[in-house]
Amino acid sequence: MARFVVRRLFSMLLVLFAVSVLTFLIFNVIPNGDPAVRMAGKQPNEEQIEAIRKEWGFDENIVVQYGTTMEKLFTGDMISYFTQLDVVDEIIKGIPRTLSLAVGAAIIWMAFGVGLGLYTAMRAGKVSDTFLTVLALIGISMPVFWIGALMNHYLGFELGIFPNGGYVEFTENPADWFYHLILPWTALSILFIGVYSRVLRSNVLDTINEDYVRTARAKGLSERRVLIKHVLRNSLIPVVTLWGLDFAVVIGGGAILTETVFNLQGVGQYAADAIGQLDVPPILAVTMFGAFFVVVVNAFVDIAYAALDPRIRLESGSSAA
Amino acid sequence: MSQTAILSVEDLRVRFQTEDGSVQAVSGVSFDVRRGEVLAIVGESGCGKSVTAMSLMGLTRGPNAEITGRATLDGTELIGAGDTELQRIRGNTMAMVFQDPMSSMNPVYKVGDQIVEQIQAHRDVSDADAQEQAVELLDAVGIPGAAERVESFPHEFSGGMRQRAMIAMGLSTEPDLLIADEPTTALDVTIQAQIMRLLRRLNEERGLSTILITHDLGVVADIADRVLVMYAGEIVESGTLDQIFYDPQHPYTWGLLGSVMRLDRPRSERLAQIKGQPPSLLRPPEGCKFRPRCPHAFEKCVQHPVLEARGGDPAHLDRCWLDAERKRAVRTTATGEIGLEAA
Amino acid sequence: MADTNGATPLLQVTDLVKHFPIKSGVLVDRQIGAVRAVDGVSFSVAPGETLGLVGESGCGKSTLARTILQLLEPTAGSVRFDGREIAGVGRRELRPLRREMQMIFQDPYASLNPRKRVGQIVGSPLKLHGLAEGKELRGQVEELLDRVGLAPEHYNRYPHEFSGGQRQRIGIARALALRPKLIIADEPVSALDVSIQAQIINLLEDLQDEFKLTYIFVAHDLGVVRHVADRVAVMYLGKIVELGPADEVYAKPVHPYTEALLSAVPIPDPKTNAARTERVLEGDVPSPANPPEACRFHTRCPYATEICSEVEPELEEHRRRQWAACHHPLNVGAGGRTSDPAGLQA
Repeated sequence: MARFVVRRLFSMLLVLFAVSVLTFLIFNVIPNGDPAVRMAGKQPNEEQIEAIRKEWGFDENIVVQYGTTMEKLFTGDMISYFTQLDVVDEIIKGIPRTLSLAVGAAIIWMAFGVGLGLYTAMRAGKVSDTFLTVLALIGISMPVFWIGALMNHYLGFELGIFPNGGYVEFTENPADWFYHLILPWTALSILFIGVYSRVLRSNVLDTINEDYVRTARAKGLSERRVLIKHVLRNSLIPVVTLWGLDFAVVIGGGAILTETVFNLQGVGQYAADAIGQLDVPPILAVTMFGAFFVVVVNAFVDIAYAALDPRIRLESGSSAA
Repeated sequence: MSQTAILSVEDLRVRFQTEDGSVQAVSGVSFDVRRGEVLAIVGESGCGKSVTAMSLMGLTRGPNAEITGRATLDGTELIGAGDTELQRIRGNTMAMVFQDPMSSMNPVYKVGDQIVEQIQAHRDVSDADAQEQAVELLDAVGIPGAAERVESFPHEFSGGMRQRAMIAMGLSTEPDLLIADEPTTALDVTIQAQIMRLLRRLNEERGLSTILITHDLGVVADIADRVLVMYAGEIVESGTLDQIFYDPQHPYTWGLLGSVMRLDRPRSERLAQIKGQPPSLLRPPEGCKFRPRCPHAFEKCVQHPVLEARGGDPAHLDRCWLDAERKRAVRTTATGEIGLEAA
Repeated sequence: MADTNGATPLLQVTDLVKHFPIKSGVLVDRQIGAVRAVDGVSFSVAPGETLGLVGESGCGKSTLARTILQLLEPTAGSVRFDGREIAGVGRRELRPLRREMQMIFQDPYASLNPRKRVGQIVGSPLKLHGLAEGKELRGQVEELLDRVGLAPEHYNRYPHEFSGGQRQRIGIARALALRPKLIIADEPVSALDVSIQAQIINLLEDLQDEFKLTYIFVAHDLGVVRHVADRVAVMYLGKIVELGPADEVYAKPVHPYTEALLSAVPIPDPKTNAARTERVLEGDVPSPANPPEACRFHTRCPYATEICSEVEPELEEHRRRQWAACHHPLNVGAGGRTSDPAGLQA
């Protein structure tokens, strides 16, 4: 286990380093023109541009530039010149919102995805299976910004059943917090429910034909026990790991569209705004933030996989961070 | 050995609806298993031996399966039993061991836990007691260090150990009948010998009635008391071990005996073979199902032969129209051995 | 070890080794051990003979077969085919040699490409080596199909339309296409029903006579090997422990492992079976990554003494033309232990 952790930490650092270099190159080095001007925002004056150039080290060589950028990121000394706000502060403000969205949606899509998957697997080939499969595929096909916007407009704005976007702090009013998140959770989950139900259905149909399921029945176990302890338990293993990865991606900014449509002011929306204006410091920071989350959650997913399937040993086989 | 039958099967028929059509996997199989005996069911792939056994356990039930007939285990009807009732019987008074022990155990649970699961499904026993029983069982089947091995996962066992563990699982509820479906086919020959010795010991010491399903005539010769030979879903011959090996009455049995490559015989110039292939169960041949491959077929064979005793002993049944004298004449080949190709 | 009655061997294998490295490490993978699948094997095969290679799982016989054919690159040792060294030789040089040695595989369901038609499968070796094309190719393929007992109409069918036995015939036709000198059959009948096994064995024997083939027949079924092999090599944990004429090895085995193998095979004859003395080998086969010291069999051998765990026995000619690696050989000389596990002397 210790060897795994050491190896993993090392490769995680490697990945983060690589991401940081790539991001840095993409935003500061590759595009033509003066990065200082780009960063300075709308209608900068010469003084500001010069100040930026000095602060970020744009007149120095690439390695120093990179070093300076990273230093500023990690010390939290990064300001967006468009909004004049501290980047890291803004991210920290957005985290609880993004987390609320991500965690809630993850629980919902896992529960419904597994439930639907199991249900359709049990009725494979029948009419209800086909019907629900089509429904799942529709869910997968609907772009989240479209369904989100529709729900927000009709259910929120027009009919007033749900609030018209926005976010309420949990500490302020838990009931209201929940109420405001129902539509965003639904919009974000629909896609994943579709995918997860298909994956689980397929796993269950494979597992149900395995020899050990036949043995379980031969032992005289109740059909319910066979289904839960033998079929479902084994079918879930790949799904759980998938879930971890999707969750990481959602937190790392994958919920950009949902947050924007519902105006949740989370990290994703912050990134969306920054991208729209090509405001470089926030983009850099959010990218690193996202990468960090993905890499950490990935490590936990690998550990979980080994815990769930005793045939997997942590040290054997390569594992990407 | 008591003559009372612990299992009595009457006219078992199993039909499956498949994409290609209707398949009659088992057509009218009837037999008894006497208390304390080892009954071997021999045949090649597709003959219906596994389907027969699995149908007794209720494992073939499903929307595409049509199972008719009767099977009585110690007085309890199996084929007609409801699902819940059958669940109480299987893994309890009747247990089954399968061919591939690696895939037959759930890889994510410890071996001990899987045995405990079976015990607790049928007996009101505490976790601690069930665990203790599991250790005793692993020990009884010859697994060294049972107390530690009970915490291992299936993939940490070798092939032979796994099969012993499967047998331990099967024994956990002290069943009256053990069905072993090709228990040694997936194992190395020296491990096979160990498992056969174990099964023989269990049969002798505990009087465990056993149905042994196999395609290996050597295994049959090693352990069986009586033998059923199956072909294309039917029993084509049934008798005692000696009768089947030394006085076989069906051409398919001759063919099987003739084509087995024996260790103790010198190299033969040419192996006796059965020409052709087993028939398709989708469109089985008219009359005797072995007719297309049988060099001794004659006019009467277009009528489907009845399983009856023709050789003298009323307990030695066969499904071949030839009379006993003719059979004894044609079954000896040019080499003096029993085989299908006439001398 | 000549052992071919003076004739020039078609295949000469000397000290062949194939190890598979086991890697582990904190940051970088280092080799910490190896699975010693084939650990120093030497034997030769005369033209036209059939050498049986028997052993249980983990003995290395399949790895040996593949290493001889250079499907796996040998870790060490020499393989001389028709007088030429082929071990570790480059792919370019190996290409023309591939025509001379072919393989028949065990699993008829996995060894044929399900997306190709039978005609393509059998014909592609000919095409690849530029030996025929177009109408001539088709003619040759149909002839091959006929020779292995299939109909020319089968040319356009797909593998899944055939039974196991028929698929194995297709595999044989494919192996024959290039008219090789040597065919290594790796468990060619294990996956088939008994009555079909006999058909395939008879076919292989007929083809051997007609095409002047030399066979190495790898199998775990001792009964099958009995009927096809002229000489038999018994393998255990990567080494040959006994090698000799089939009749002799079966009737008078020298190595205790051979005795155990023969004793373990049940004979399909109740009286003969019951009359044999049972000698059941205990325990499991040790891991080829960590074989026992000195004589690898000593941990399970009923006759083992101290020397067996200290000094590794060499292959010696303990009986005429019969070689075994053992400090306590059976059936040797007067007063030694005798053994007849197959019941042949009954």
